[in-house]
Amino acid sequence: MGRFTVAILVNNQFGVLNRVTSMFRRRQFNITSLTVSETESTHYSRITIQSEGEETTKQQLINQLYKLPDVCSIVELSPEKTVSRELLLIKLSNNPETRGEIRAASDAYEGKIVDYTKAAVMIQMVGDSRKIDNFINIMRDYEILEICRTGIVSLERGDETIRNVTLF
Amino acid sequence: MKLSGSDILVRTLIEQGCDVVFGYPGGQIINVYDSLYKYRHELRHVLTAHEQGAAHAADGYARATGKVGVVFATSGPGATNLVTGIATAYLDSVPMVAITGNVPTTHIGTDSFQEIDITGVTLPITKHNFFVGSVEKLADTIREAFRLASSGRPGPVLVDIPKDVQIAMCEYQPAEKVEPDEKAAAKDIRIQQAAECINQCSRPFIYFGGGMIAGNAQDEMLALADKIDAPLGCSFMGVSAVPTDHPRFLGMQGMHGHYACSISMHNADCIIALGARFNDRVTGNRAKFARGAKIVHIDIDGAELSKTVNVEHGLRGDVKLTLQKLLPLIDKVERPEWQRKVQSFRQEEAERGDNRPGMTPKNAIQTLNKYLGENTPVATDVGQHQMWAAQYTEFHNTRRFISSGGLGTMGFGLGAAIGAQMGTGERTVLVTGDGSFGMCLNEMATAVKENLPIVILLMNNGVLGMVRQWQTLFFDKHYSNTVLDRQTDFVKLAEAFGAKGSRALNLEELEQALEEAFACDGPYIIDCVIDKDEFVLPMLPPGGSMDDIITRIGD
Repeated sequence: MGRFTVAILVNNQFGVLNRVTSMFRRRQFNITSLTVSETESTHYSRITIQSEGEETTKQQLINQLYKLPDVCSIVELSPEKTVSRELLLIKLSNNPETRGEIRAASDAYEGKIVDYTKAAVMIQMVGDSRKIDNFINIMRDYEILEICRTGIVSLERGDETIRNVTLF
Repeated sequence: MKLSGSDILVRTLIEQGCDVVFGYPGGQIINVYDSLYKYRHELRHVLTAHEQGAAHAADGYARATGKVGVVFATSGPGATNLVTGIATAYLDSVPMVAITGNVPTTHIGTDSFQEIDITGVTLPITKHNFFVGSVEKLADTIREAFRLASSGRPGPVLVDIPKDVQIAMCEYQPAEKVEPDEKAAAKDIRIQQAAECINQCSRPFIYFGGGMIAGNAQDEMLALADKIDAPLGCSFMGVSAVPTDHPRFLGMQGMHGHYACSISMHNADCIIALGARFNDRVTGNRAKFARGAKIVHIDIDGAELSKTVNVEHGLRGDVKLTLQKLLPLIDKVERPEWQRKVQSFRQEEAERGDNRPGMTPKNAIQTLNKYLGENTPVATDVGQHQMWAAQYTEFHNTRRFISSGGLGTMGFGLGAAIGAQMGTGERTVLVTGDGSFGMCLNEMATAVKENLPIVILLMNNGVLGMVRQWQTLFFDKHYSNTVLDRQTDFVKLAEAFGAKGSRALNLEELEQALEEAFACDGPYIIDCVIDKDEFVLPMLPPGGSMDDIITRIGD
């Protein structure tokens, strides 16, 4: 079982996200991360998904996506050719015993404290999923109040764009 | 020229070559029906008894003609009544456009009277669907629906039109009939690799399905079969695509397929699959399916390649165009040894087959065969009778077997027979059972009103035979809710609807009934009484492989 990331360019229309996720649900594809955003063109939205599965599952997911008329192009983003980032906001309880350790870990991970009160501290962090996972793992030693992460956004390195990909 | 949305809808349908619509009016589509009245000399509308019947009729029309079938329904319950019909078309890749009315856009989302989110409901059972938010987009949306329904792998498309969009006025620009997207062959490199694989094999088997019919690739397929000296077999959806008596044709493969066909496929070392999708009724136990064979799979839908079974060579492309490119790369060979083997399977089939005299399902269908013309469409419902019809009916021309394969919709047959009759103009046969017929027999009213020559061979065994068969074999004869024990008199029922009917208790009476039925102007029900303990054989037990095939009960 491998993890893979796929970017999908879709028509920027009402209900398109529902069509895509309905297909995932119906065919029981396990999606671990999904982000939707506007793009450089008002005609398109970009959906980035991360999923886990065998090669055949991945091919099936991509092939089924191609069948949706609102899907304009698809690109599989391999880690070596891609910059992927996630944003994490994590809120921890703030007490004198742990405050120093939390701060040190956050600094080591290039996190930024974005809210600080007597009772709680909120850290913002940008990075690939593994970095975020690792940081959260370290924070489990302390009292985590809330976590919110965006899911990944990814672009291919170099001048390749998803719009250069033609439907096969 | 400014027209109302409903006029634009009807004009666009006419422009797209639609000559008949099946449907049922209601409050939120009443404006469209007013336009149908206005254009009644250009577009025929057939009022059915129920929206489900209308959907099956549009489906039967499309299967028999290859054209896009069109169905109308109002909002709410009208729209939800289409759901089974749309799903049936979706699972069998039938081109259909379903038009539904809906409450005005200002009322959408407020749970108004007869409001339903039909685009949401039909999302997983349509190729695509549209909610038309403004009249300016209406004509192009209808054209797009026709394009999508008929392009690539065909399928149903739904267009939901709110009432205010039907009323609003807009400039109408007539346009040409849209053509399906241009088809392409598979990639050359894949064709070359497939050709090498085929040239190296020694026991090839050509297996085709509904996609081969949709792709109209019979000539190329038969040329390939001749060139590599291969037997042919089909999935349930491929029945009628080649004449039943074609010397290379072994019939249908799968759970209730012909013995020689299933066993030949099982023994092949190369399966060339054309427009078929290896579903569970075909493969049985996937782990044991055709283990000794390399599979070359050609399909227009790339998602079908390696979906259920791993294939050696997956070729995404139009079957006809791909075969045209493949044929010159194939060596002409003769395979007397393989042919002898196939012949021995045929021999076994004949020996193991059902050769009992009297009113057996096989003899009933074979009696029917004497009356079928070259182009007679034969529709079925779902169950034992459907399998008997698929096994024993003799076909001469493609698109003449009209049956719900993927979804297995009981109640499909009568509506579909109405559509097939109207699409072809041929006297049409419906083979049905008392269970299935009971589901949608209200459409007898439609067949009578339209005076359609439909011969209904109702194989009446008083039980839900297919489920009963499973109960006999796998559930210790616990006949839970499969004994109908109804008091329905189907001859009187026919008469009550204004049709004719007669009962046949033996083959002589069946001949006589068929004689009358085939001379009758309108619909005719033959209440053909068969034994409740008849089995559909051969049978692949659930989860079994071809090694476990049951050809005789008690074996």
